[in-house]
Amino acid sequence: MPDIASFDAVVVGAGPAGSAAALALARAGRSVVLVERGPFPGSKNVYGGVVYGRVLDDIVPEWWLEVPVERWVVRRSTVMMTGTQSLSVDFRTDAWGEAPYNGMTTLRSHFDAWLAGKATGAGARLLTSTVATGLVRDGSGRVVGVRTDRDGAELHAPVVIACDGVNSFLAKEAGLLPRAEASHHTLGVKEVLDLPPGAVNERFSVQDHEGVDMEILGCTRDIPGGGFLYTNAGSVSIGVVLSLPQLAASGVRPEELVADLKAHPSIAPLLRGSTLREYAAHLIPEGGYDTMPTLATDGLLVAGDAGAMTLAAGLWLEGVNFAIGSGHAAGRAADRALSAGDCSARGLASYRADLESQFVLADHKRLRKAPSLVLSDRVQRRYPGLLCDLAEGMFTVTNPTPKAGGLKVTRQAAARHGVSLRQLVGDSLRGLRIFG
Amino acid sequence: MSAPPGRNRWDGISFEERMATVDFRVGARAHIAVDTDVCRSCTTKACVTACPANLFAPTADGGILFNYEECFECGTCYMVCNEEGALTWTYPDGGQGVVFHHG
Repeated sequence: MPDIASFDAVVVGAGPAGSAAALALARAGRSVVLVERGPFPGSKNVYGGVVYGRVLDDIVPEWWLEVPVERWVVRRSTVMMTGTQSLSVDFRTDAWGEAPYNGMTTLRSHFDAWLAGKATGAGARLLTSTVATGLVRDGSGRVVGVRTDRDGAELHAPVVIACDGVNSFLAKEAGLLPRAEASHHTLGVKEVLDLPPGAVNERFSVQDHEGVDMEILGCTRDIPGGGFLYTNAGSVSIGVVLSLPQLAASGVRPEELVADLKAHPSIAPLLRGSTLREYAAHLIPEGGYDTMPTLATDGLLVAGDAGAMTLAAGLWLEGVNFAIGSGHAAGRAADRALSAGDCSARGLASYRADLESQFVLADHKRLRKAPSLVLSDRVQRRYPGLLCDLAEGMFTVTNPTPKAGGLKVTRQAAARHGVSLRQLVGDSLRGLRIFG
Repeated sequence: MSAPPGRNRWDGISFEERMATVDFRVGARAHIAVDTDVCRSCTTKACVTACPANLFAPTADGGILFNYEECFECGTCYMVCNEEGALTWTYPDGGQGVVFHHG
């Protein structure tokens, strides 16, 4: 017989979803164990850059006084580029640079460890360097715990919460995530480049503690995806996100695309003299609402990336907040089920209802068509160049030739990129329906 | 498709230098298994291109040679693999494998 330890709840994965779940359960007075396969929380995690903290307001009041922040994002820049052009919509506000703040850059080894510390502070037990290798089921098939790689020791509980990330082997084993579908995933590759804080301030037009978030379209050649650049305190994070099937078919190496972006004439001057601190890669579940697994079964809940909760909707790119929101809701649902003495799928059904009533699933449902538009051929391969040419056509002074009208320049730019005005209007309306 | 000519699109950092910035705590057990007999019938070999750690290399006889030591544990390889049973992938043992400090 393997060693068995029993708890009210087992949470697998000490990322933001798992720690939020464990925190909710511990605060409700439940005995909860938080299992992390890395040597410390965050050690297996990589993200694209911004944590939006509003979700924390109710969980850790005045969290901004203690969170391990790199910089508060006060500038948000959306960039369309070709190999030789770029067009930015750049927004800056003082409001995001003061409490209660909007978004922050942070490093996951710091942030995830901080949130896990909140859970252990409330009484959760954190077990690091431990892999949950499989589910334990009772005679009726109900999930009653997990097996671990610690000499096969088992952790038993009436409810298990799988926050085991994008590859979620537990959700797959439970039959909730039937098949790993490459087309629902993107690969993010990222480099953190050391740059002195003063250089970050000057090059990105910010003061100390203020940061910039740049989202970039048109920098991934023929592979659907995008790029990003975020300022940390004394470094920047730069990388690309690439649709998996097209990356695989392209013959282009992912790090080559990061090198492309770093060499772009609009980006290279920002990075001059920086040195590579760390290279990283991670998968992102980008399929959205229609690709989410079933979120609850007998004795098991799924949250965070394991539940495909990352919102990759072009204008909005969020994940950590959705992980925290879903994890916290899972923890509370598990607590209610424990109180009712019913941890069956039916007893845990309040989880999904809770998510539907708040941003986690409401945003996903509303933006369910966004991933396909954002990754569509025209948005990816034609519009960045079209818009750059449009700007170049409008702002290039052609004396003595008289100025062409805006409509004419638009028509010319559209024609050059093989887009009809009808398609342009159609896609604009589609965008309005999705994002409006 | 290759980079436009006439411009240095690379950043002067070799792949080995990139990988040398990552903290890998290599375990004794290989967490990736490849059935290279199945790979011989694969025409795409998508894992070779897509793996961000460049762990897969085609062999002269049409098979696949792989390393598991410097793996990001991202899952790209098994997701792009279209040959049933060619690639088995689990997590490394607890505490081992990649450790990101600046994720």
